Amino acid sequence: MIEFLQTHLPPLVAGLRVTLQLTVGGGICALVLAALAGLARRSSRRWLRWPATVYVEVFRGTSAMVQLFWFYFALPFFGVSLPALVTGVLVLGLNSGAYGAEVVRSAIDHVPRGQWEAGRALNLSDQRILLRIVLPQALPMMLPPAGNLVVELMKNTALVSLITLSELTFAAQVQRAATLETVPLFALTLLIYFVLAQVLLAGVRRIEHYVTRHRGSRA
Amino acid sequence: MSWDWHYAWSVLPPLLRAFVVTLEASLAGFVLAAILGLVWAVSRMAPVRIVAGTVFWIVEFVRSTPLLIQLYFLYYVLPEYGVVLSPLAIGILALGLHYSCYTAEVYRAGIEAVPTGQWEAARALNLTPRAIWLRIVLPQALPPAVPVLGNYLIAIFKETPLLAAITVMEMLQTAKLIGAESFRYLEPLTITGAVFLLVSLLASFAMRRLEVAHVFHR
Repeated sequence: MIEFLQTHLPPLVAGLRVTLQLTVGGGICALVLAALAGLARRSSRRWLRWPATVYVEVFRGTSAMVQLFWFYFALPFFGVSLPALVTGVLVLGLNSGAYGAEVVRSAIDHVPRGQWEAGRALNLSDQRILLRIVLPQALPMMLPPAGNLVVELMKNTALVSLITLSELTFAAQVQRAATLETVPLFALTLLIYFVLAQVLLAGVRRIEHYVTRHRGSRA
Repeated sequence: MSWDWHYAWSVLPPLLRAFVVTLEASLAGFVLAAILGLVWAVSRMAPVRIVAGTVFWIVEFVRSTPLLIQLYFLYYVLPEYGVVLSPLAIGILALGLHYSCYTAEVYRAGIEAVPTGQWEAARALNLTPRAIWLRIVLPQALPPAVPVLGNYLIAIFKETPLLAAITVMEMLQTAKLIGAESFRYLEPLTITGAVFLLVSLLASFAMRRLEVAHVFHR
């Protein structure tokens, strides 16, 4: 047992580090894209709404793995060759960002219209209504689905192993090929992913708790 | 280098043939996920605590770990126990198993939406647990779950390219091989993406129609 961990744990931990880089990098990209595209889809300006809609539909409609292969193998034909890690972060961000945009949009849609109307009656600008009145109410609604998206993004980092980046899944494959200890090795790898998912979910629950901390006193 | 229509046309037939494999895998995986998910959902409500708890953690575990590793696991481990299946069959098994843990939640929501009074009335009439499930609870719990399940059919469809990792010749794997032969990846990969986009858009449109029809029907 100890011998098994001694041989396999160091390469798996090295892979886990790359998995974490992909998760965090992809997560930050996704957050920015989700906020921008989600708000743009609610905009009254057509030149903002249309590109956002196309982005969301294309990246939700094609598979994450097809996107990954396209960016890695087809994009060089346009003279753009990105390293595997950059491609991974970019594709994970673009893919989760499209799903996230729908979360943002639907949360904003669920804030009652009266809130906008009351804001306008108080002569607040649209920007102020959005930032000070609507978003603070929409944010708590976004968090539970956002937590699921973060776990989905983390799970999708395994795909990046297929464009030769040595993250956790890739490391497990290399170790398996070297020692053929398939069952304990993959069981350990799955366990690492499982723990990582639980940590991410616990983190999102912390944020949820923080964002809704004022709610108890009012309700 | 730019888009070559002539080459694009020539790679279309093999890609569409591979698309049939993609469809087979999605549909078979979905059927498995739909059946297994119901098994999970019902056994999670088992009166025996150990059964319910074990099923809960199995579902949690499968849901929060990558499908790719699960695919490899089945692909390498099943033969060690003498179970020899084709890569496609393993892919369908993995897709069905993975997504059954999502559909279980859908069924659970449907089951929990059945009013408690229905359970109490059934018990008061001295129905057996089997009869309560089959004649009272599930007939009320399943219809609202159907449109939500449809969304998972679309999700499974979009996950089938993963089967390329265990050598199934579905659409993405075919596109990659064609690309490697001719050193042109742009056309086959773009066509693959376009087919996925087209089918997903059509399917979500159909799902919305189904949901609307469903709401009016009730």
